[in-house]
Amino acid sequence: MTNLNTYRAGPDERGHFGLYGGRFVAETLMPLILEVERAYRAARLDPAFTEEFRDLLANYVGRPNPLYHARRLTGLWGGAQILLKREDLNHTGAHKINNCIGQILLARRMGKRRIIAETGAGQHGVATATVCALFGMECVIYMGATDIARQAPNVYRMKLLGAEVKPVEAGAATLKDAMNDALRDWVAHVDSTYYLIGTAAGPHPYPAMVRDFQSVIGEEVRAQSMARYGRLPDSLVACIGGGSNAIGLFHPFLDEPAIRMVGVEAAGHGLDSGKHAASLAGGRPGVLHGNRTYLLQDENGQIEEAHSISAGLDYPGIGPEHAWLKDSGRVEYVSVTDTEALDAFRLCTRMEGIIPALESSHALAHAGRIAGTLPRDHLMVINLSGRGDKDVATVAAALGEGGPV
Amino acid sequence: MSRLKARFQALKAENRAALITYIMACDPDRESSQKLLDALPSAGADIIEFGMPFTDPMADGPAIQLAARRALAAGGSLALTLEMVARFRQTDRDTPVVLMGYYNPVYTRGPERFCREAAEAGVDGLIIVDLPPEEVDELLPHARAQGIDFIFLATPTSDEARLPQVVSRASGFVYYVSIAGITGTRSADEAAVADAVARIRRHTDLPVCVGFGIKSPEQAAAIARIADGVVVGSAIVQAATDLGNAGALDLVRGLATGIRGAAVAENGTGK
Repeated sequence: MTNLNTYRAGPDERGHFGLYGGRFVAETLMPLILEVERAYRAARLDPAFTEEFRDLLANYVGRPNPLYHARRLTGLWGGAQILLKREDLNHTGAHKINNCIGQILLARRMGKRRIIAETGAGQHGVATATVCALFGMECVIYMGATDIARQAPNVYRMKLLGAEVKPVEAGAATLKDAMNDALRDWVAHVDSTYYLIGTAAGPHPYPAMVRDFQSVIGEEVRAQSMARYGRLPDSLVACIGGGSNAIGLFHPFLDEPAIRMVGVEAAGHGLDSGKHAASLAGGRPGVLHGNRTYLLQDENGQIEEAHSISAGLDYPGIGPEHAWLKDSGRVEYVSVTDTEALDAFRLCTRMEGIIPALESSHALAHAGRIAGTLPRDHLMVINLSGRGDKDVATVAAALGEGGPV
Repeated sequence: MSRLKARFQALKAENRAALITYIMACDPDRESSQKLLDALPSAGADIIEFGMPFTDPMADGPAIQLAARRALAAGGSLALTLEMVARFRQTDRDTPVVLMGYYNPVYTRGPERFCREAAEAGVDGLIIVDLPPEEVDELLPHARAQGIDFIFLATPTSDEARLPQVVSRASGFVYYVSIAGITGTRSADEAAVADAVARIRRHTDLPVCVGFGIKSPEQAAAIARIADGVVVGSAIVQAATDLGNAGALDLVRGLATGIRGAAVAENGTGK
């Protein structure tokens, strides 16, 4: 592990986290990306912007959400105290809304009236459609045709909220392809349109901006842990697709050397199967969607399809700050298979009466592996990044007709 | 003198614009693509843009997206692209070849190695769509060291403040992307293109070539009166797909005739 004075200073002024990040976009988008950066920098310094962001998080999203002590899971696993950060209780049912509130305020500040976004599981699409309804903005959501099929309730929800959902047929018709088409839309509508990226990835300033908006998760955990236990947690566990819920939880704690942090990637059918979405474990650095980061790719630099039962983790890349945190050794990255995630999904549902998103079930599965090895005074925070209502059909299909529920 | 420089000087003497034709390497397969590449100069192409296939062509419209998919399905790669250029060079020593594509395959091969191999194969220029001036330093010096021109894109969104940054390190030519959009979709308004080309010329003495959305001999002729070069891509790729190489070459001949006609018309009006 590299010992730095701080792990929280990135990115540099060019948007680089060490080797990673940057602004690898077509020239048509560069002036706009620079404008987003300028506008964001100004907004952060404007107390009125922060005030409105905080007000909406409190009164519209319903923050702070609880840090819930899961007594039955704690008892079952027989070690660390399991604390669930309840992002699933946010309005729209996932952490995605935190970032959407921040970015819609920025878009309005920039005078944009049309919002585009990509979505995988549909959580970011729903959150985006929600804030567009709230602010009266036109909303176009790009979604892979495969994901539309497996996330039907969210698709209808977006339409109810007034969004146009554009199916993307290219490639495997999942999140990567949706992001390609969103970028193509943006190039063609630069004047009117703001691209509301859903994860801590893409060209600078998005990875840093999305992280900042999501850092409310970690800041609340800090305050809640101090208030209840008089100390900080000992470990943090979060699932990673693009990595926004994880970076939001981790970032406020990166300079607390005693706190262990674990990011959990989706291993799909297994890392050796070739059908997974674990870009840190199975990929290497490359350039896609505006940033350099770890990517699943072949020896010629062609991007490979990811696979995960969880549509929200089904992406061959990862946010650049995670790539940097992996190389520096500050955060530990592991992976969990579809089957393990499904088991954790059922366990949490049955033992705690909380139906977790399949994404968050990856974090739960890993917590279940390590909790028993840790002392009983160990405080482990798991980010329950979303609720699993959207996944009920997927789970039913995976478990089979009449399968053990 | 570089092939690109020599070609633009020769065209200046003829008082006409260059026809720059784009095709994708290995689309729909290596053999057919090689035949089309080899036949382009005699059909009237002055400069060839040769597409390097990539899985995620974010700046491209449907025609070139599908071309990339076909090329990859046929085993297309950066290595094969370079081999095809080398074979082309066995019979054509004069027509400049510019590779166009996305950065990840180049980055994967290694910028230094890629530029060395490209120069050996007979490549004259590079257009890397997702490498704006802000990120170009990791590739540009290697291209320069090998005598390969680095072609920057100027767009309708490149304002007066940004244009100098875009053109200051360019060589070969400046590629004006005539619409804010992806390839092979909308066509630009001629007057707007004329304004933009004039604006770019205030910042550079390099030839200014115009592409995106140019499909017909008439459109090519119109742009040829304004710019130093006319780039046609999606229309040629689509013609090859629908009508085979013969159909694509017919289109190239038509475009070439259009551009040459523009030169005559221009002379005729005494401009």
